[in-house]
Amino acid sequence: MKPKTEIKEATIWRHRHILDLDDFTKDELELIFSTTDGMKDILLREIKMVPALRGKRIVTLFYEPSTRTRSSFELAAKSLSADVISITASTSSIAKGESLIDTIKTLESLGADAIIIRHPSAGAPYLAAQYSKKSIINAGDGWHAHPTQALLDLYTIKEAKGRIEGLKIVIVGDIIHSRVARSNIWGLSLMGNQVVLCGPPTLLPPSFLRAYPWVKGETVLENALEGADVVMPLRIQWERHQGGFIPSLREYIQLYQINKQRLSLCKPDVIILHPGPVNEGVEISQELSYSPHSLIQAQVRNGVAVRMALLYLLCGGQR
Amino acid sequence: MKSLLIKGGYIIDPGRNFEGKKDLLIVGDRIVWIGEGIPPQPPYIVIPASGLIVCPGLIDLHCHLREPGYEEKETIATGTRAAAAGGFTTVCCMPNTNPPLDNSATINYVLKKAEREGVVRVLPIACLTKGGRGEELVEMMELSQAGAVAFSDDAHPLKNSRILRRALEYSLMANKPIFKHCEDTQLSNDGVMNEGWVSLRLGLKGIPNAAEEVAVFRDIALAQLTGARIHLLHLSTAGSVELVRRAKEKGIPITAEVTPHHLTLTEEAVLGYNTLAKVNPPLRTMKDVKALIEGLKEGVIDAIATDHAPHQDIDKMVEFEYAPFGISGLETALASLLDLVYKGEIDLMTLLSKLTSQPAKIIGRESSLKEGSIADITIFDPKEEWVVEKEKLFSKGKNTPLIGKKLVGKVMATLVRGEIVYQDAKLKLEVR
Repeated sequence: MKPKTEIKEATIWRHRHILDLDDFTKDELELIFSTTDGMKDILLREIKMVPALRGKRIVTLFYEPSTRTRSSFELAAKSLSADVISITASTSSIAKGESLIDTIKTLESLGADAIIIRHPSAGAPYLAAQYSKKSIINAGDGWHAHPTQALLDLYTIKEAKGRIEGLKIVIVGDIIHSRVARSNIWGLSLMGNQVVLCGPPTLLPPSFLRAYPWVKGETVLENALEGADVVMPLRIQWERHQGGFIPSLREYIQLYQINKQRLSLCKPDVIILHPGPVNEGVEISQELSYSPHSLIQAQVRNGVAVRMALLYLLCGGQR
Repeated sequence: MKSLLIKGGYIIDPGRNFEGKKDLLIVGDRIVWIGEGIPPQPPYIVIPASGLIVCPGLIDLHCHLREPGYEEKETIATGTRAAAAGGFTTVCCMPNTNPPLDNSATINYVLKKAEREGVVRVLPIACLTKGGRGEELVEMMELSQAGAVAFSDDAHPLKNSRILRRALEYSLMANKPIFKHCEDTQLSNDGVMNEGWVSLRLGLKGIPNAAEEVAVFRDIALAQLTGARIHLLHLSTAGSVELVRRAKEKGIPITAEVTPHHLTLTEEAVLGYNTLAKVNPPLRTMKDVKALIEGLKEGVIDAIATDHAPHQDIDKMVEFEYAPFGISGLETALASLLDLVYKGEIDLMTLLSKLTSQPAKIIGRESSLKEGSIADITIFDPKEEWVVEKEKLFSKGKNTPLIGKKLVGKVMATLVRGEIVYQDAKLKLEVR
């Protein structure tokens, strides 16, 4: 199958790293989306590969477990013909106490052109970027940011709705501990959308809304969902119960689960996104997980294309 | 006996509330003459102090010299050299060493080391409980006799109110103040910076103001109950200032200190995940800074102390969450504080009192420039501009967010017992 769109040359790209979306302009996001269009076409071919990054070495360095994000990056790099190796912290010399800075320097001495890092500690990719001579991509740092997830969320919305501006997006759940929420706040706001956050006061405290004063907050889910174009429930973790953030999953489900009844308050063509992995029957009712409103699998598919676009823009061609 | 003449300087002596142009003559370890015109007893070495401020040696109630146990971060030798470069002639060192200063052997060790290798006076502070574990009292009388000037739970805030009460009651006999670190660790709960918009955006666990204020309130209540003297370490919030204000109005025996960094920096210094700005208690908001300055001016806060906390470079070159708390502050304290004077926030006499006569009172010492007093003297140039450079710092701890910053105000000479223990390269002595 012939590709419908060409991959545009990066003319306005000025990033050596991808750390968070608070550092991007609207034009740059548009460039990422149009580059992703081209990458999607490649993924529709029989041989899902182009030589754009041949000879380049991509390393994924994950200090936390992951299915989606890591495989997504690996496959993205491979689709561009790059060489990929994956390092898991627990089975590397990081378990012997090797520092982050030493690890980055070592990997770059071994020839890494880009290091994709996921780390439980906020700010780790910024430290890596300070000492890196190549490129660092943040695949999630603690509660702080997950820029590539937000980008694929935005792309998925754009694909479904035909546009990514003037929409009402509601993010529900464990906001204060969510890097997906934070990066999406930046990305969605930058493109001109209304973001509404919803959760109990322990997970969405008033102080959080003061940190992002242009965003709206709601404690009652039904109020938040009125006329929503997109609903994004976040995964609620068992640890939150243990930390005293919620009294029980039971009450959380009663108040915050996205179900058919609540969905009817949204626009009729509302879409459901979820960063995954989904706790079936907790943040989304089971009946909705696989309903036509849910674009969760489209997110995963788009994830590879978005990451291909980012790797291409960072490492492919001239800079 | 050698004589030293400090000539042409502007004396500011908060201890006697005196300021004016006077010359000082030092013979041996004492000031023998303060006056104008021709001084007695030549020959002498002259320190040309025209354009410079001459004040009693600065006293730091709170610093970490790391020895014994953490000599890679600092030693008594390097720490006291840093103190001298910062204009401090006396430092009180905290007991969270390894082994901790909870027995007379370790107190003696510090005193002996300081005698042999230190260049300024070192007064040890002993632990409040054995090992800092918060369970058993230390032998306060023995430690007091061995030379401890105060007792403290710094870095291990005492949780058990009942044990704290007993410690306070027992301390009445030793007649030494308790230097109290105020932190409710259940509320601070592994936080790494101030809880506020910065921590929320950076995705870092925050330490709310309440974590300090809850402890301040409790400690004030226990000071009232027992009548013991509590000195509150490194206050950082507006709420704490208000609590101390009301306590003093009621006549409760509380004193308090604040650090230079809490008077001049806010939580925004952390942006970009700057571990050099990671400190406990954390840098807070402008509202807190303003309240601390007000408290200082009113006398609600008695003293300024550095909480000098040196760490190796590699200790701080890690993920923000894992970096140790602490700012290396002895050498930048005076200059960073002078900025408050230049901004019109506080006058120089009041500022210097917080570094000399006020801290002296808290530990029962003298601080003034009188004929007959011991010559602990600080001489500084209030106009000298300099840039904070890592390589030029005497401390092993280069961990200050002020690296690369330009400061105004530099120590030109520091004298302890009449000996010059620090001299700036620009200061040229003359012999007459």
